[in-house]
Amino acid sequence: MDTAHYDMLRHFADSWGLLYMLAIFLTVVVMIMLPGARSRAMAAARIPLDDDHPAGGDRT
Amino acid sequence: MPGFIALAGGAFICFALAGLAADAPFRSHMAVMALVLAIGAAFVARIPERSPAEIEAEQAGYFDAPIRYGTILTVFWGCVGFLVGVIIALQLAFPDLNLAPFFNFGRMRPLHTSAVVFAFGGTALMTTSFYVVQRTCRARLFSEPLTWFVFWGYQIFIVMAATGYLLGITESREYAEPEWYVDIWLTIVWVAYLLLFLGTLIKRKEPHIYVANWFYLAFIVTIALLHVVNNLAVPVSFFGSKSYSLFAGVQDALTQWWYGHNAVGFFLTAGFLGMMYYYMPKQAERPVYSYRLSIIHFWALIFMYIWAGPHHLHYTALPDWAQTLGMVFSIMLWMPSWGGMINGLMTLRGAWDKMRTDPIIRMMVVAVAFYGMSTFEGPVMSIKSVNGLSHYTDWTIGHVHSGALGWVGMITFGAIYFMAPRLWGRKQLYSLRLVNWHFWLATVGIVIYAAVMWVSGIMQGLMWREYDADGFLVYSFAESVAALHPYYIARAFGGFLYLLGGLVMAFNIWMTIRGKVRNERPIIQPTAALQPAE
Repeated sequence: MDTAHYDMLRHFADSWGLLYMLAIFLTVVVMIMLPGARSRAMAAARIPLDDDHPAGGDRT
Repeated sequence: MPGFIALAGGAFICFALAGLAADAPFRSHMAVMALVLAIGAAFVARIPERSPAEIEAEQAGYFDAPIRYGTILTVFWGCVGFLVGVIIALQLAFPDLNLAPFFNFGRMRPLHTSAVVFAFGGTALMTTSFYVVQRTCRARLFSEPLTWFVFWGYQIFIVMAATGYLLGITESREYAEPEWYVDIWLTIVWVAYLLLFLGTLIKRKEPHIYVANWFYLAFIVTIALLHVVNNLAVPVSFFGSKSYSLFAGVQDALTQWWYGHNAVGFFLTAGFLGMMYYYMPKQAERPVYSYRLSIIHFWALIFMYIWAGPHHLHYTALPDWAQTLGMVFSIMLWMPSWGGMINGLMTLRGAWDKMRTDPIIRMMVVAVAFYGMSTFEGPVMSIKSVNGLSHYTDWTIGHVHSGALGWVGMITFGAIYFMAPRLWGRKQLYSLRLVNWHFWLATVGIVIYAAVMWVSGIMQGLMWREYDADGFLVYSFAESVAALHPYYIARAFGGFLYLLGGLVMAFNIWMTIRGKVRNERPIIQPTAALQPAE
């Protein structure tokens, strides 16, 4: 691999690549802070505890 | 019947390849595989045909048959891996135990690492992922034949890797020793595993994808990526056992440790965190402490781990900035790791008394505590000046084992003890007292192992770097080796205790499967009626 190729990939990684990952992470942080996120999270946390149902059965 | 055809066909192909072989190790390897597959085919042929009623009854619930095999094989591979570990520990202490050429340390060591990481850990991950994804999605695994292919295909990979090492076939890449044809087989199996997991997620009845599945999915996707890139190689012959890497020099080293460290991060951490996020709440009978923290834990962990690999190449030809990058990301990993540890431990809030009464919870808590300790120790060791002392010494070995025996081993034991009675429809385990014995044997074994390796590792590092007033090295290398002898014996003893614990587990699981219950004093003593405080 020649140096120009390496430089191009490197600059892509530390600009757009970095921005992309940071954007995903910040989106995740914002999403779990939104109103209503707490109750949704608490419902999701109960998934393993309420899973003793037949496959495809309703979780009530 | 399709299983028999596949195995018999595979045996025939291996037999033909043995005939076409370009070198002797390839011929031996293919002959061994032909034999293994032929024995497998003979076993499959003896399985009686099931009646339509039986098939229908089985298809009503979750697809647990491969999980039952997986539970037994996890215990089996665990005991094999621990046994080989004790043997190589003794080989280091008593070099006469090296039986050339098949049982030399150089061949037995990758056998040990692969047996514990890929055979024990990998089978545990595959088995528990099948168990967890079905239950948290409330959906049956989406294809039975694909499940069997993935499950037995992975076991064939394990046998190919293990027999290859003893025959002297190796790529010499740490934790990626299997040669090109074994790598191609694993790639096929792994892509099938990804399809199976995704297919089951897609047909889920539960709208939300539970966090454990995110960790399992990250493990499957990343291992596929790491495995393919790290093993890019050109075989010398299509009928030979030797290949050459596509990379050269320091690029090769960096690719290898990008793979190597992320194998720790995504195989030994992310997958087992998936286990923690399912089995710990189940055993404690309460939801995880903070589900939102688990989401942050997931994204922070997978974004950071991928950069930490260069810390394996401090003070080498790797560019300085890359070394510093690896070190900085390793230190930043403290945050997600400890967030996850706290999340696991705090799941027991208000239920700490279970530590006293439930040895399975105790195992899980010790596992998470070791996760915390080894993810603290790791970043410390990634700091360049600390690494200058610790690298190439036994300290590294101690660190790996506090993570592998403490975290990976203990969380797996917890999951196995949780699943066994449920999978075979038993009311309880054969014996909780034996779980308690296993817990103490394993814990004392780990503590001996890690403490001994700290002392010997730091002593080794200090002996190597000691100069006298004239600038000469004080010790020759052989002197530092001789000084390690007592520590090697103590280490073998720690490993022996851990192996003993594994055998106790094997006995307990075997008796549970047979439906026996041991007549024993319960761990929870029946107490007199409690009096309210006045």
